[in-house]
Amino acid sequence: MNPRRDPVAHAVLLLGAILFVAPLWLVLVGSTQNPAVIAAGGLSFIPGDEGFSAYARVLNGPVPRMLLISLGMALAIAIGKIFISVLSAFAIAFFRFPCRQVAFWLIFITLMLPVEVRIIPTYSVMSDLGLINTFTGLWLPLIASATATLLFRQVFVAIPDELVEAARMDGAGPLRFLWDIVLPVSAANIAALFVILFIYGWNQYLWPLLVATNPRLDTIVIGIVKMVAVETETDWSAVMATATLALLPPVVVVVLMQRWFVAGLTEGEK
Amino acid sequence: MAILELAGLRKSFGAVDVLREINLSLASGEMLVIVGASGCGKSTLLRMVAGLETPSSGRILLDGRDITSEDPSARDIAMVFQNYALYPHMTVFDNMAYGLRIRGLSREDIARRVDEAAALLGLSELLGRKPRQLSGGQRQRVAMGRAIVRDPKLFLFDEPLSNLDATLRVRTRAEIRRLQRRLGVTSLYVTHDQVEAMTLGDRLLVLHQGQPAQLATPMEVFERPADTYVAGFIGAPAMNFLPAILTEAGTAARLEAGPLLHFIDGRRDGPDGRALTIGLRPEHIRVDPNGVSLRIDLVEPLGSETLVHGRLAAPGEAALVLRLAGKAPEGEVLNVVFPPEEIHVFDAGTGRRLP
Repeated sequence: MNPRRDPVAHAVLLLGAILFVAPLWLVLVGSTQNPAVIAAGGLSFIPGDEGFSAYARVLNGPVPRMLLISLGMALAIAIGKIFISVLSAFAIAFFRFPCRQVAFWLIFITLMLPVEVRIIPTYSVMSDLGLINTFTGLWLPLIASATATLLFRQVFVAIPDELVEAARMDGAGPLRFLWDIVLPVSAANIAALFVILFIYGWNQYLWPLLVATNPRLDTIVIGIVKMVAVETETDWSAVMATATLALLPPVVVVVLMQRWFVAGLTEGEK
Repeated sequence: MAILELAGLRKSFGAVDVLREINLSLASGEMLVIVGASGCGKSTLLRMVAGLETPSSGRILLDGRDITSEDPSARDIAMVFQNYALYPHMTVFDNMAYGLRIRGLSREDIARRVDEAAALLGLSELLGRKPRQLSGGQRQRVAMGRAIVRDPKLFLFDEPLSNLDATLRVRTRAEIRRLQRRLGVTSLYVTHDQVEAMTLGDRLLVLHQGQPAQLATPMEVFERPADTYVAGFIGAPAMNFLPAILTEAGTAARLEAGPLLHFIDGRRDGPDGRALTIGLRPEHIRVDPNGVSLRIDLVEPLGSETLVHGRLAAPGEAALVLRLAGKAPEGEVLNVVFPPEEIHVFDAGTGRRLP
């Protein structure tokens, strides 16, 4: 069918696009308007006359530091999760050891427990380890991932047995096999997961709020909330500018890894 | 001199015996083909030699060294897999070089060996390609190359031609044989295809339900099959089997269908009336107006010859297949005779050949 001749499909697409873009556009134009006007309810869809002054204001404050903290946390969570899940999935997929199925099911069961359920015990453990109010405390408890482990297990199980055996005949030991064969073959999946996990880490809110009370460890997400919380004198254009800045790193990651990301989610061929 | 020796090799998975008591010895440079229907244990046998499967009991000796419990990489054996098992992210060169790199060979040594093997296999132009950019036949050759560069004591082939189309299979079959002769490398070759078995092997091992049914040269297996299973498995179309009894003091067989066949190679043991199975290959049955009549139910012209399927009109109505030179015969009934010099005599109970 000629796509030009399908106005309904286009209308739906347009509506969807507007629904997704409108809030972003508001944030973007809001950051260029006068904070007093916004506070009075005058947020308009047209860029204001303040230009990028709000950005200058926030970039001279604690925002760069918050961005850095968020970036560090998101990277640590994404890389840590991939590291741990690749190793555990490798063990589950390729080795026979006692209680292998038990280990698999234990990991599987933790999928059913959301972070909130175990947040108090986790806090207590972190407290015992003396990691409250440290950067390590921000990311360490978040790097175990049942989802990623299961995903990698599926990817690894799909690697043909003959490939495993050929590597054994070629003399590759387990770690060498992991590094030379398994990781390159699963590269697209790893990249896809990296994007998802990076955004997951970047958007963490509850855990950083609990574990770090020191303002020097505020992530960008918490920073935005704190700026809004002071009800009477909220600098709305600064909030919008900060939100825009907070959007950028995930966008960069997605754009840079888009090719891999799509391949990893769609291609099944091994 | 024996390069590979298998002594009392057995394998069972739980209560199921997959392989029972395999004894085998391969001379240097010999190509032994293990053939059998799927599930007969032939792949398990190969995988045990490779070290990918642990035998339940028995020993494997390679060049006098006991390798039964050695790691696959330490065995000095290379294997060509059915699906080639090429590393998809590596170039042809890297695929062939990978095993050598792990063994710590020098860069120049690796390049020289890979180049030699590539030249031998006509892969020199393709060294920079990835497996997905190759045709099935080329992938197969890369898999061979990966084995050749290792310069192993023993080659293992696990149905390496089964993923190729018919034309390519015939060509590659001849190529493998030529290469194996030229390199003089001792080989074990597993297949379910009896044509591959006949053409490639110096000797055949026919496996049936985990047991060796016959170990002999291809022609001997064809001309003197050890039992009805081997007789039916090797040769296409399969051998015809007719029920009969021993008679005339062991010097002849009386077919249930009527005719009396005098043995030309001596008498068989046993009392008259012993139940026999007479085997006759489709190409050996002759058309003769004095023979028993056969009702034709299917004619398959193959061009140079014709396959005729039918049933004997005589008691038992045994099914027969004939292979006749030339065109299909006219009519619905054919008279056929069974030349005594071409018959195979088996015991009806055990299926074993009566010599």
